[in-house]
Amino acid sequence: MKGAAVHSQTQTGGHEAHPQLGFVRTYVFSTDHKVIGIQYMITSMLFLLSGFFMMLMMRWQLAWPGQPIPIIGQFLPETMAPGGVMLPEFYNQLGAMHGTIMVFLGIVPLGVAAFGNFVLPLQIGAKDMAFPFLNMLSYWIFLVGGILMLSSFAMPGGAAQSGWTSYAPLADLAPPGQTMWLIAMTFIITSSLFGAINFIVTTLNLRARGMTWLRLPFFVWCQFVTAILLVLAFPVLQGGAILQLLDRVAKANFFIPANLIFGGAPVEQPGGGNPLLWQHLFWFLAHPEVYVLLLPEFGIVAEILANGTRKPLFGYFELVVSVCAIGALSFIVWAHHMFLSGMRTDVTKFFTVTTMIISIPSVMVLTCFLLSLRGGSIHFTTPMLFALAFIPMFGIGGLTGLPLGFTPTDIYLHDTLYVIGHFHYVVVTGSLIALFGGLYYWFPKMFGRTMNEFWGKVHFWLTVTAMNGIFFPMMWQGMAGVLRRQYDPTAQIHNHPTLPLNKVMTISAICLALAQIPFVLNFFISIFKGKKTSANPWNATTLDWAACPSPPPHGNFAGELAIHRGPYEYSVPGHKTDWSPQHVPEKELS
Amino acid sequence: MNAPEQLYGWWVPVKASTYAAQLDTQLDIFHWAMLLIFVLWGIYFVYCLAHYRARPGVPAVRGQLSVAKSMVPDGIILVFEMFMIFVIGLPVWAQVMETFPEEKKANVVHVIAQQFAWNFHYPGPDGEFGRRDIHLVSSGNPIGLDDSDPASKDDIVSINTMPAPLGKPTLAYLTSMDVIHGFNVPAFRTKQDVTPGMRVRIWFEPILRGKFEIACAQLCGLAHYRMLGNVEVMTQEEFDAWIQKKLADKAEL
Repeated sequence: MKGAAVHSQTQTGGHEAHPQLGFVRTYVFSTDHKVIGIQYMITSMLFLLSGFFMMLMMRWQLAWPGQPIPIIGQFLPETMAPGGVMLPEFYNQLGAMHGTIMVFLGIVPLGVAAFGNFVLPLQIGAKDMAFPFLNMLSYWIFLVGGILMLSSFAMPGGAAQSGWTSYAPLADLAPPGQTMWLIAMTFIITSSLFGAINFIVTTLNLRARGMTWLRLPFFVWCQFVTAILLVLAFPVLQGGAILQLLDRVAKANFFIPANLIFGGAPVEQPGGGNPLLWQHLFWFLAHPEVYVLLLPEFGIVAEILANGTRKPLFGYFELVVSVCAIGALSFIVWAHHMFLSGMRTDVTKFFTVTTMIISIPSVMVLTCFLLSLRGGSIHFTTPMLFALAFIPMFGIGGLTGLPLGFTPTDIYLHDTLYVIGHFHYVVVTGSLIALFGGLYYWFPKMFGRTMNEFWGKVHFWLTVTAMNGIFFPMMWQGMAGVLRRQYDPTAQIHNHPTLPLNKVMTISAICLALAQIPFVLNFFISIFKGKKTSANPWNATTLDWAACPSPPPHGNFAGELAIHRGPYEYSVPGHKTDWSPQHVPEKELS
Repeated sequence: MNAPEQLYGWWVPVKASTYAAQLDTQLDIFHWAMLLIFVLWGIYFVYCLAHYRARPGVPAVRGQLSVAKSMVPDGIILVFEMFMIFVIGLPVWAQVMETFPEEKKANVVHVIAQQFAWNFHYPGPDGEFGRRDIHLVSSGNPIGLDDSDPASKDDIVSINTMPAPLGKPTLAYLTSMDVIHGFNVPAFRTKQDVTPGMRVRIWFEPILRGKFEIACAQLCGLAHYRMLGNVEVMTQEEFDAWIQKKLADKAEL
């Protein structure tokens, strides 16, 4: 990267007059989007860690069934793991909670609420979100929901244990932990809705002068489409959760059919409900939710790629169209989770066609990312390594979705570990890898210091290797017909040939846990002791880097910004530097 | 009888039903196509990483490939997918999921799933199923068969063992007494959710003799992993003999 930093009057970001706030209002009950973003980031990373530990215990049981869980086992109560050996009901609780926590309390809040809150207002040149108080409320409601969710392990009979999908009537008739799951979900959904409304209004109204729609950084587009998905899809699950709650506490029978026998005795309820209704309500949210897990990460990868290749993103307009298309199409693919539910077989044809069609904009995004490398000057920084790894890893995740979205091949693969391998490739080696990249990329902006590059690279290589060691054998087992959600894989004869892979996966998972130690240390040590950084250490063009100091003060920018060009004007011929910030007038650059 | 190690291995199980080979072919086509796409993308990716790595004095080039050209691979994939659906996929889906053997020419059985067992209800020689009532369910009568119904006199109930004749389609009506289960026979490539309140039809025609595992595919509670059974494929003569033996056992009671 050549040249000297470009300075303009608007860039140094002096302070505006703000009343001094006390510690509590500055760092705890803050309405500043940056503080809320960092609160969300730390909280969701803690939830990711807790969900990951649940998975480690499950993986132990799968590799060494019936053996006491080392270290953790002795601290678990009799109702969960007598003598350190996990009970089947505890395994099911861990499974349901792992899924719920990772999706709703881990990846989504990290991608949407943490990065969205911190970066989006900075990138559009806004001084804060449109509704700062609502933003604060969103975080605290989220935290209550998360704590309720975790505390449900203390309910009689333990936490929810009907899978993260909570299919009725199993979930309707499950122990009280399920009620807590539903209440906690209601909090989490409410929090997401508050956040999403805020993102939409902020993007619509608070863009700086000259920040037209096609000058928005791709990240902002991704967050904007994600927010629309959340607002349209989440209320459906909110409604579904309330109906299931009524089924459980008021015997409402929305999802319970007549003539059931449960625990040896007829269920004394009139019935008349339909279990498929729950599945429709759930997946009507949960398929757009898959894209909520993915679109913000597309945005993160795009930001890092443009910066790390020192050239404009390939096909910016095509990318924007693709993301909007994904958003629209994501509402008409939900029933591909239900091909074998007993739904009418001719309806499945519609959903298999829409599912194949939605793969095309995703392929377009990936093609654009790949072609963005062409002609670039690729700098292999830590964030760039994560962004680059996203491309082939998400590629595997996307490709393995094809035989699942295609009805005849889904018959065999449905409910096998192939499904689990597929979506973990999408969400872990895809989304989570991108989120790690984003953390390394925006860390200097958040804390004014940089993370250690060497340990970042160590973290990268160990993490990517270990993740593949977990998820690739999973798909292999799926091809051999091994089913998901099995407490003891040795019980089924058809599992036996591929059982050794369980040990490979479990050891990989333990390695993945160890690989996070350098990251956690690097993160916290760098906050306090990392190398001090300038406003724009990556020599980036977007406003978050080029127009405010690191970390940005309350109010972000000094004075009004005027935007002169698109978001990724790197290596413009005739300009003094190889980056041309969005807000710097042409005459100051050439 | 085949030993388990001959049936199950490191890839898809033995093809033990008439449609297994067709479904496997589709899995194969997809996986070869996926491998091809991944390798082609991968080669280009690695080429870019090596060729366009940052080098001193070599600036990035902004020259753009035309967007239209970049959409060629996307177009190829779309054509491939539509070809797979309309030419390859839908006919097989129609054959497996939508075309059913005639009841008269098939072995008809009611599969009644419960936590955590598979009950198989055969109509017996009269070909008619007796009435069932959940209020009659007891340990000796797991499906609540109504003995006062004349049609149920020669009915046979088998738990976790599903005999099926070789070379003749089996038509099964799936129902559940409690929660959602998944009727899944990996060696047949048969899978169908069994949802309470609904009755779903499936069929398969075995082409190999032997015992083929039924494993519940949909989480149904704490013993989901042990909700197992077997389809026992036998010749028509053996099947008829099994029916007669069960009827004799029933008469003794």
